[in-house]
Amino acid sequence: MITATALAALATACALGAWRFTSACWTYRAPRVAIVLWQALGLAWGLATTGSMLAYAVQPYDRGLLHGLIAVAQGREPVSPWDGPHLFALVAGLTALAVLVAVTLTAAAQTLRARRRHRTLLALIARDDPFVPGVRVLDHPGAAAYCVPGLRSQVVISAGAMELLSDDELTAVLAHEAAHVRERHDLVLLPFGALRRVLPWSKVVRDAQAQVELLVEMAADDRARRYCSPRRLATALLRFGTAGAMPTPHGMLGSVTAANVMARVNRLVKPDPELQPHFRYGYLGLSAALLVSAASLWVIPL
Amino acid sequence: MDILWAQSSPLTAREVGRLIAERDLAPTTVMTVLDRLTRKGFLKRIRDGRAWRYEPAESRDSYIAELMLEALEMTGDRSAALTRFAQAVPASEAEILRKALTELEDE
Repeated sequence: MITATALAALATACALGAWRFTSACWTYRAPRVAIVLWQALGLAWGLATTGSMLAYAVQPYDRGLLHGLIAVAQGREPVSPWDGPHLFALVAGLTALAVLVAVTLTAAAQTLRARRRHRTLLALIARDDPFVPGVRVLDHPGAAAYCVPGLRSQVVISAGAMELLSDDELTAVLAHEAAHVRERHDLVLLPFGALRRVLPWSKVVRDAQAQVELLVEMAADDRARRYCSPRRLATALLRFGTAGAMPTPHGMLGSVTAANVMARVNRLVKPDPELQPHFRYGYLGLSAALLVSAASLWVIPL
Repeated sequence: MDILWAQSSPLTAREVGRLIAERDLAPTTVMTVLDRLTRKGFLKRIRDGRAWRYEPAESRDSYIAELMLEALEMTGDRSAALTRFAQAVPASEAEILRKALTELEDE
């Protein structure tokens, strides 16, 4: 009973923490730390939520969560007989776990498929340009710069974007994309996209996903500014933001708002002091503690 | 693919091979490539006597449009398939950015 209660408390703490965290103001000053904390919160929440149901379910075995589950799988007789609530918790817990895992895997598979098609089409259509070596150029007047992540990531830029940006700005944009490629930001975003699919109505999950998307961009900006002028990156951002002037199709209202773009621009032009080291390590420690406690509650019988 | 897009009528593998004159490709190579593109759905083929004639399934422009729609995240699903630099904001909010841009450029 202690394990189940502790896990339920942990799940509640994670949910409350995530809710508070969506409006935290230090995150822009240390995007990488914030990303780690988001990942830890998400994973610990998943482990704790499914774990609390399962821990309650295998209580009749009286040997802890993981060993209890193994005993169920081996079909052993419980110490005290099964009853309704415990059976129900078992089914619910296993279903929740299966849904979380399955949706993440489906999301990953769909993403891979979309990328493969995108890459094949690029191979057929895009051209190389001597002006931007190693980057694929797409002949389209619209402004777009993006990367197709994967083992062999490709950075793509549209002819319209090359037209729009000055040379320095183009370098800045490419440095930003190179940062995405290098740090595999797509892998960071994947689980949050999957969680969004499991709980599409949850405001916290939606906010969390938007936050992480923004933080990932900021992390890439931070890396890019080492190789280029931050001011050029900022003007490139603003030029992209104003370039479109195309009507937003309905159903895709995303995190792209002027406020987000301005937050990134302000960081680049007038950087805030970095978060003090003791706060940084504190948050990293908190992330580790969340994961360790969720995992140990699964493994250690209480 | 470019060769097929440039032609208005479907071509046979032999004709395609003749058009790629600068590279001396074996007819079988050309055939393999055409066959693979067909299986992936980028080409359509029609029987013409004993040979197949190939033509693009979609125009070049429509493929470019497809890529751009994905790039600009207009396909509706917000997947993590691509990571983008930045996107255009709705017209109502673009004014704020335009102002900031002029300020930055004036400094």
